[in-house]
Amino acid sequence: MLYFAHWKIALILAVSLLGIWFAAPNFSPLPGQTVNLGLDLQGGSHLVFEVDLPGVRAERLDGLSQEATVLFRQQPTIPTAANAVIGDEVVIRVARAEDMDEAFSRLQSLSRPVGDGSMGLTGVAARTVDFDRDNAERTIRMSLTDAAMIDIRDRTIAQSIEVIRRRIDASGTTEPTIARQGDERILVQVPGESNPQRIIELVGTTARMTFHLVRADVAVGADGQGRTPPGVMILQQDDLSEPYIAVERRAMVSGENLTYAGSTFQDGQPVVEFRFDTTGAAAFGRVTSQNVGRRFAVVLDDIVISSPVILGPILGGSGVIQGNFTFESAYDLAVLLQAGALPAELTVVEQRSVGPGLGQDSINKGTIAVVIGFIAVMVFMLAAYSVFGVFSNLALMLNVMLILGALSGLQATLTLPGIAGIILTIGMAVDANVLIYERIREEAKNGRSPANAIEKGYSEALSAILDANITTLIAAGVLYMLGAGPVRGFAVTLGIGIITSVFTAFVFSRLLVAMWVKGLKPKKLPI
Amino acid sequence: MSLALTNYFPDSTSIPFIKARFAAFGFSVLMILASIAAFFSMGLNFGIDFTGGVTLEVRTEAEIDAARIDEMRGVLNNLGLGAIELQGLSELTEGSECYGNHCALIRVQPQEGEGLEAEVAQQEANLAVQAALTELYPDIEYRSVQVLGPKVSGELVQAGIMSIVTALVLMLVYIWFRFEWQYSVGAVVALIHDVIITIGMFSVTQLEFNLSTIAAILTIVGYSMNDTVVVYDRIREKIRKFKKKSLDEVLNLAINKTLSRTILTSLTTLVALFSLWLLGGAALQGFAFAMIFGIVVGTYSSIFVAAPILMLTNVKREASEA
Repeated sequence: MLYFAHWKIALILAVSLLGIWFAAPNFSPLPGQTVNLGLDLQGGSHLVFEVDLPGVRAERLDGLSQEATVLFRQQPTIPTAANAVIGDEVVIRVARAEDMDEAFSRLQSLSRPVGDGSMGLTGVAARTVDFDRDNAERTIRMSLTDAAMIDIRDRTIAQSIEVIRRRIDASGTTEPTIARQGDERILVQVPGESNPQRIIELVGTTARMTFHLVRADVAVGADGQGRTPPGVMILQQDDLSEPYIAVERRAMVSGENLTYAGSTFQDGQPVVEFRFDTTGAAAFGRVTSQNVGRRFAVVLDDIVISSPVILGPILGGSGVIQGNFTFESAYDLAVLLQAGALPAELTVVEQRSVGPGLGQDSINKGTIAVVIGFIAVMVFMLAAYSVFGVFSNLALMLNVMLILGALSGLQATLTLPGIAGIILTIGMAVDANVLIYERIREEAKNGRSPANAIEKGYSEALSAILDANITTLIAAGVLYMLGAGPVRGFAVTLGIGIITSVFTAFVFSRLLVAMWVKGLKPKKLPI
Repeated sequence: MSLALTNYFPDSTSIPFIKARFAAFGFSVLMILASIAAFFSMGLNFGIDFTGGVTLEVRTEAEIDAARIDEMRGVLNNLGLGAIELQGLSELTEGSECYGNHCALIRVQPQEGEGLEAEVAQQEANLAVQAALTELYPDIEYRSVQVLGPKVSGELVQAGIMSIVTALVLMLVYIWFRFEWQYSVGAVVALIHDVIITIGMFSVTQLEFNLSTIAAILTIVGYSMNDTVVVYDRIREKIRKFKKKSLDEVLNLAINKTLSRTILTSLTTLVALFSLWLLGGAALQGFAFAMIFGIVVGTYSSIFVAAPILMLTNVKREASEA
């Protein structure tokens, strides 16, 4: 145990120097990566959004029900007694029993292969719709398969992340983290932003924009109530002088046809300018030329943001939206439109934000606690083991360096609980040395020579050291897997600290002790 | 060397720990019963991580004295958000933004609602509180804001319980693998003992029980296991070596041989934790306190619970290879 081959010494020194090299940028002007501070230390916002999957499912079922209606209208028509979404099913009831076969076969076309058409376990491509036929009741029930729901979920989340990324990037926010979390959530982390309200609005707005003709002939009460003929709906308007407005249910054009949106000024007022693609431009041109003098409504997520009069045909496919805008809100709306609509509604389910002041306070306090804890442990070890205490203290210093180096090199995130993990590691890291030294002490008392006692001490203590550290590593592992947020940072430093402490306390300190024994050849152990 | 601690510690102790096992068992059972009683009668003071709701830490240029706390309480109680807890944070560290009494902690209880409505309700409560406070003190600063809906907090409770159970099971498996089942049982009984008593302490003191408490409990589990393994390792060694000695003699010998190590390691860990407790700031105080308590309990349990239990589980005396 006390003999080290040259290459081993070189390796131990290399690992130590590498750790110090990686740690150095944190406290010296040397170039390189420093420790990645968590949001709780540098300040910033941590937001978790949940995707409204039940809403998406309901929308899909609604779509199925409407498609069924279209299929039944084809010649020869199939009269139905009912066609509605009930719970998680579309329930269709045909009027005549003899139509059952034909209805059932027409509906089959609604079930398509899921997603990319990949094969399921059965070797047959999974399909999107399950049918349940009941001849006696003349009903056919359609529901979405599990495979379809998973496919819808994954696509919805992937698309949402894409849209969120475009929106946040365009808003000028630096270095956001946007990632899927679990099955139906999206995590958005924004360093340095301690007031996340604007981000929440930017991300939480569906931004589905449509243009509808206004129905001035339908009277709307001040409370938003009124008799609406078929094909007409009443919407809230973002204008106090006319809080409700009746519009045609069918949209002239939708936001999907936008190719550009930007904010600018017109007559000193902030406005949003936009441009349609060719399809959008054609539709917009046709409707505006046929309806000069009427008003149209610009609808964003079911709220009318503006309802101007059509002064003449708009043929170029571009225009401006005037509304109740400030420069910032016009800018944000342009960002939203440019980035496209979200495929589903998003709700914030978790928000944690920390201001820069608190973050700095935490860093200061954490650093003081680490330094004082570190010194106290070193004094303690020196008092307990004198010369051997010096060895374990050198090992402890190297240990802290290696933890810092590993955190910097791996670009792991250091959180406030992570600092607690470092302090705890400092206290526990000396355990390996204590185990060894106590054993050496015991062996020396049994009459062994110093070199022999040291040899025995290291070899006999190894199994206990490994067992002890593996159990703590298990705890850190569980915490990492199941823990949330900043607590994970604790698991990271604890885990790294355990690994580096075995190296410093068992390998590095042994090298020191070996060199000491070889150089001084002590007759008696100062232990 | 005069500095060596050998001088303060008796060279080789021979304290009859095993003889005291019945007293120790009695004490432990009493503590466990008290903990369970406290848990069911007083419950735990769950933090926002597990209850949901809104917590804010605020700071104003002017000192937040009792009058300001009352003023804020008055305004916030008018919002109809249910019970609101307000507490001034006095900070003794110079240079900290909160030095003096410039900061306060505000806790809004979780808002009611069905499904996603409840999630939205928490967000709205947060906005309402911020709007009211900013109107009251235009210079107010929000040092931290946490808003958690019922969904996330519910999941955190589950994950917390899961992580403790998983850790215990993994420890059991590991010890089973390294030693025999008799040891495994002893170790896990000791761990459960530690976990229950630590939770009992949180119930009695009504300290906030949050995610970092779970982290503390898991670390205590790891630490206590660590201690137990060191003692067991020595017991196994002595059992093989002294076949003629009675089991309680062997156990006693092993505990005494590892005693100075047990105490020294606990002390260095405690020294580090005291530094964290006193200097680490409010956010880490609960964690540090839980750890300090847990280390004391964990050290006690590896000596007085884990080892003596081997008298009951009928540990094998023949040399068996692990």
